[in-house]
Amino acid sequence: MTEQKRVFPTPIADPDTEQFWSAAKDNKLMIGSCNSCGEKHYYPRGMCPHCGSSDVELVQSLGKGVIYSWSVLRRAEPPFAIAYVTLDEGPTMMTNIIDCDLDNLKIGQKVELKFSPTEEENGAPVPTFKPV
Amino acid sequence: MQLSEYGFSKHYPRLVIVPRGVVAYKKKKGVVKSMSINGKAYIAGVYEHPTRKAVDKSLAQLHAESALGALADAGLTKDDVDGYFCAGDAPGLGPLSLVDYMGLNLKHMDATETGGSSYVLHVGHAAEAIAMGKCSVALITLAGRPRAEGMATGTAPRNYGSSAPDVAFEFPFGPTVVNMYAMCAQRHMYEYGTTSEQLAWIKVAASHHAQYNEHAMLRNVVTVDEVVNSPMISDPLHRLDCCVISDGGGAIIVTSPEVAKSLKRPLVKVLGAGEAPKHQMGGKIDLTYSGARWSGPLAFEEARVKPSDMKYASIYDSFTITVLMQLEDLGFCEKGEGGKFVSDGNLISGTGKLPFNTDGGGLCNNHPANRGGLTKVIEAVRQLRGEAHPKVQVPNCDLALAHGTGGSLGTRHGSATVIMERE
Repeated sequence: MTEQKRVFPTPIADPDTEQFWSAAKDNKLMIGSCNSCGEKHYYPRGMCPHCGSSDVELVQSLGKGVIYSWSVLRRAEPPFAIAYVTLDEGPTMMTNIIDCDLDNLKIGQKVELKFSPTEEENGAPVPTFKPV
Repeated sequence: MQLSEYGFSKHYPRLVIVPRGVVAYKKKKGVVKSMSINGKAYIAGVYEHPTRKAVDKSLAQLHAESALGALADAGLTKDDVDGYFCAGDAPGLGPLSLVDYMGLNLKHMDATETGGSSYVLHVGHAAEAIAMGKCSVALITLAGRPRAEGMATGTAPRNYGSSAPDVAFEFPFGPTVVNMYAMCAQRHMYEYGTTSEQLAWIKVAASHHAQYNEHAMLRNVVTVDEVVNSPMISDPLHRLDCCVISDGGGAIIVTSPEVAKSLKRPLVKVLGAGEAPKHQMGGKIDLTYSGARWSGPLAFEEARVKPSDMKYASIYDSFTITVLMQLEDLGFCEKGEGGKFVSDGNLISGTGKLPFNTDGGGLCNNHPANRGGLTKVIEAVRQLRGEAHPKVQVPNCDLALAHGTGGSLGTRHGSATVIMERE
């Protein structure tokens, strides 16, 4: 079954995440990086969930990774593939796999970032992934 | 069993682990003293509302009917209640609207919300409050009418509000209950070779029990083939891997030893309780285990028993994979061996080594308010009292466990475990 385009809701930015969604409008996927412990995290936030430091910043991900897990919700209209993708930089993030054969997804499969537009005009796009 | 084996030191580096400890503090010379709830509280009353579709009843009414049912079961009245516990299914501001509706006069209240595990957790919190002398008769209620309201419980994305920090990063991708749990199953299959047929055995066992429950929504005994050939909902979970959607409710009365011993009911003692959240670890996500790997050992330590001592277990069964992962995490089998453990009827009362969910559980009986924790405690109490259906009653059932998961298995959820003994 080929994946059909679906309408993505527009994410609501808050003061904590405004910078992330603004970068998304430039097709950049940002992840959290801690200047204290050096660990990366996702989703980005105002404190490091690993060491507790507030000395965190956004860094750009290259947008390459592998599928950690996936599931096709067959009951949805149209069916779609939710997934967790582990980025080459380390963190695992929730996303959708697009431009794919929904019957041929595999854990460990290589995927790359492709932003998908969202329903509101001028709304930030969301980071989705397609098979390499 | 070492708690460090369960990753405690890794995720909770500052937590002081105290054997059998609920309240712990460090003295100057590093001597750790602990208090325990073991033996300090009893479950004196339980009630499962018989409705499965409550078009003609309000939510508050279902809570109140459940409360009155449990009080009658215990031989108490509402005027005896001095502690009240409820969770997110309660209408109104925390516990206040229902306290108002039922006209309760209280010394203690607690509206801790951890999804479907809340009510298992509440048993532990009620025992703590009783042990500390804050109350002596605690009432816990649950109710909901998702069926009457036509809620797409499993397949509609859940949105906890835009101020929840994870929502913007997840809601656009359509996380529902079923596809979130499905991703746990998918990863478990990948890492451990678990099969759909093995998961199906969990539903088969539940259906064997449900055939004797006149209130159960699904009373037909099903086969492994029927489960794996039912329609795919969200890979790899089939329709029969999913629990039912039902209206209903239930209530539990937890009392002090003095009150319990003054009543004419069998004595069900709370031996131990454990609770733990599991989260996404900042993106170091691991979908193959649940918070039961922390809440379980805490409860077993406090109860001074081990998994193999359990004669019966109520295990939250929102989906078949939920049961399998929790059984592993609670220590009933090794990690990754859950598929083998549940196969060939090992969970069927009278046949298997670990009878589970003898009321049919969420998979066949009911899942009131889309929350299965409270009914897990109820059936464990029935087993300990010898009041389960004769066809599924475990002989000499003197030790039982009830466990709940609330939220998303694998990522954000609350886990709660309670161990009880027939005195």
